[in-house]
Amino acid sequence: MSELLRIENLSIDIQGADSRKSLIKGLNLSVDDLQTVALVGGSGGGKTTVGLAILQLLAPAMKISEGNIFFSGKNLFECSQKQMQEIRGNDISMVFQEPLSAFNPVFRIGSQIAEVLQIHTDLNRKQIKNRVLELLDLSEVSDPKRVASYYPHQLSGGLRQRAMIAQAIAANPKLVIADEPTSNLDVTIQARILALFKKIRKELNISMLLITHDLGVVKFLADRVFILNEGRVIESGATNTIFENPKESFTKKLMELI
Amino acid sequence: MIKKGLSPFQMAMATFRKNRLAIACVGILAVLYGSAIFAGFLSPYSYDNENREFSYCPPMKVHVIDSDRKLTRPYVNQMNLSFDKFHKRIYTEDKTKSFPIHFFIKGDSYKVIGLVPSTRHFFGVKVPGRLHLWGADSRGRDLLSRLLWGARISLSIGLIGVSISFFFGLLIGGISGYYGGKIDNLIMRMCEMIMMIPGFYLMLALRAAVPTEFNSLQVYIAIIVIFSFIGWASLARVIRGMAISLKQREYVLAAKALGVSDIKIITTHILPHTISYSIVAVMLSIPGYIMGESALSFLGLGIQDPYASWGNLLSEAMGIIQIKFSPWILLPGFFIFLTIICFNIIGDALRDALDPTLKSEGQS
Amino acid sequence: MFKYIVKRILIAIPLLLGMSLLTFVLMQVTPGNFFDTLKLDPQVSPETIAHYERLYNLDKPLFQQYFHWLKNLVHLDFGYSFHYNAPVSKIISSRLFNTFILSLSSMLVAWLVAIPLGIIMAVNRNRFIDKFLSFLSFVSLSVPGFFLAILLLYFASKVGGLPLGGMQSVNFDQMNFFEKAIDIARHLVIPTIVISIGSVAGLQRIMRGNLLEVLRKQYILAARAKGLPENRVIYKHALRNAINPLITILGYHLSGLLSGAALIEIIFSWPGLGTVMLTAVRAKDLYLVMASMLMGGVLLFLGNLLADIMLMWVDPRIRYD
Repeated sequence: MSELLRIENLSIDIQGADSRKSLIKGLNLSVDDLQTVALVGGSGGGKTTVGLAILQLLAPAMKISEGNIFFSGKNLFECSQKQMQEIRGNDISMVFQEPLSAFNPVFRIGSQIAEVLQIHTDLNRKQIKNRVLELLDLSEVSDPKRVASYYPHQLSGGLRQRAMIAQAIAANPKLVIADEPTSNLDVTIQARILALFKKIRKELNISMLLITHDLGVVKFLADRVFILNEGRVIESGATNTIFENPKESFTKKLMELI
Repeated sequence: MIKKGLSPFQMAMATFRKNRLAIACVGILAVLYGSAIFAGFLSPYSYDNENREFSYCPPMKVHVIDSDRKLTRPYVNQMNLSFDKFHKRIYTEDKTKSFPIHFFIKGDSYKVIGLVPSTRHFFGVKVPGRLHLWGADSRGRDLLSRLLWGARISLSIGLIGVSISFFFGLLIGGISGYYGGKIDNLIMRMCEMIMMIPGFYLMLALRAAVPTEFNSLQVYIAIIVIFSFIGWASLARVIRGMAISLKQREYVLAAKALGVSDIKIITTHILPHTISYSIVAVMLSIPGYIMGESALSFLGLGIQDPYASWGNLLSEAMGIIQIKFSPWILLPGFFIFLTIICFNIIGDALRDALDPTLKSEGQS
Repeated sequence: MFKYIVKRILIAIPLLLGMSLLTFVLMQVTPGNFFDTLKLDPQVSPETIAHYERLYNLDKPLFQQYFHWLKNLVHLDFGYSFHYNAPVSKIISSRLFNTFILSLSSMLVAWLVAIPLGIIMAVNRNRFIDKFLSFLSFVSLSVPGFFLAILLLYFASKVGGLPLGGMQSVNFDQMNFFEKAIDIARHLVIPTIVISIGSVAGLQRIMRGNLLEVLRKQYILAARAKGLPENRVIYKHALRNAINPLITILGYHLSGLLSGAALIEIIFSWPGLGTVMLTAVRAKDLYLVMASMLMGGVLLFLGNLLADIMLMWVDPRIRYD
């Protein structure tokens, strides 16, 4: 199994008005081919920032003070904007936490998914149109044509998340970064979306970096787990090992929350 | 160690003080208003002191080196008027006749702050010399003097008008929002009606209602009344909105339960919370009043000759010929601009200091 | 939607009537009427003056005069202008058209300049160009319109080539249609610049603010995460959302212009509603004043109504509910 993503010694600081605080310190993480890795920690701990760092989409206030991120052997920090644009959505894509705010409110769902195909593939309009419907179907949307014609606010939370998943897998990425993919969903829908993730990654051979604070999700989906506390990885290992034998007190506390 | 807590007002003032541009503007306004208050003393002449032989006289050069190349008391030379073949005015300096500038010299009579009569002026030249540091208008009246006298009117109308609008806008808005129901309805309809009339048109119509027999002082008061009438409505509307949300707050209900009278509740519990918005609104609306008075006077409907206001000083500039050959008559316009930009900068700075969330463009 | 419009119109009517009553009262506060100048002329007999006064109802008690005016209003008869010696409706309609041309051209220029400027400023936030343009817009907000008009007139007179006032050249009537259009366009240039400078400043700040706010949104981050080139992110995704609220301002802008341009009209002798209002007020031409005020109020109302309707229309979130 080859290594798909490797984060080496990553440190990220927040540049405030007068101060510079450390958010992430010396993070080491890797995701192998066909593997799902979970990055777990409390809310606001900086997990999302790691995901954004991979895509080089950090806010201006976030400064990378040291470290490297390698994807398929390439150092992402040495890539130009244009090269990163090739990678985003195409090799690495992201599923966001809140699907309502992650979609543009004035464009229809179908056209927003189609955009990924327009940018990253050579398909013509008709082919793109059909592919969008295929993708929605793959995401277990029962009436793809109608959903594609809707605006984001017209869909339910669950349907929106399925649409976002469809958008994320559109260009057949190798790695999907899922940031709290079910936290904003109804409990009843959460399970179905998680099952959808499992199905899709198997069918499309996708690796996943799962960012979450919910250990239940971790148990269901992840092969390996990295526990993040106060900006550092304090424990890591195979999912079963961590769950059976949590070493750190913080990890034990997280377990109690399930 | 427990730090002494600062009230929101004190914190706002601290932020404001850090803004050096705004402080500079406060300084500029202080100079302008101070000059206006002491216009009589600071200006070499009264506003109606005219001399046709100095019509459109250009700004005079002040010399400090005399004919022997020695440093001497500042002086100006006599300006002689002649006409070229196109009937254009030409002023030549007559170096043989010079008039030294004296300080605290006796001149036209005036009243200090309108009360104490005096004839002392800060500087000037002895008759028959004439001093026009910033030039003269068509009738040979000193522009610097008229600018200073004009400042009194132009700057005061803004402040007084705004104070009246502010007072009524706050009070009526507070009452309307607090009581709700029929009173609220009636007051809001009135506000909407006033706001529905295009401002300029309303100003003209109101001005038309001022009798022509009014003397200048009455016209001055009438103009202030007109502007206040136009201005209170929009402030009242916003205050009313704030009052409606504020009256549900617990401390208001508690005061009511304790039997505090309505007026007291409005003035002590509700209106103070509207202060940050009100102050900013007031600061930013003063320019509108100043522009309005200038516009009215410019059209000849405001302050009339011989009294000076920056607006009617500018009406002289309507003729293109005048501007071409006598550009100094545009000075009143620059002063209006300067005043307005200072108020705008201060208003913006106050808004940032009092409530950073009001700023439309934030930081990420 | 239709019900909403009707409701707004129904609310506006009493307000407009109230406004007309207020105008009427204001015109009556000062003694005398249009014919005062005639009265000073010893050659005109008192009988003639009385005849005119009877003719125009000026001898009747005040509220009869007002009701008479109201009655005529229903028939769309706005009365007669003493000063121009013509029906008021004729004067108002021609002037209204002129004001419209000026307002529309100013609006067009203002938007064509302000939107790109606002975008440039937002995209280059806090860099030199942003600070410089902010400074310029701040300055232009603080310059009194009529002062700017004078300055521009001065420069235009030095440079030459553009007419300095009025709407038509002396030989207008001898021109063919095309030449007439160009002639009016040339007369429009300076007044349009003066009016639009004031508008650009405000619009561009709003555009900048809106765009900055939109650029902070999650869906912009998501668009970048999809691999979209930055151009597309800004000009397709961000702009659409940033402009939406601006559409609503269109209506307010237009209605504001129609009245706000009055002073500029007067300075440039542009024969619009503003100049007519001034002339009418000075001459105590009662019915012309009342009609002008009414027109001004109606235009303001329509502009605001248009703005509110557009708000409902452009935002799909509101549209589909």
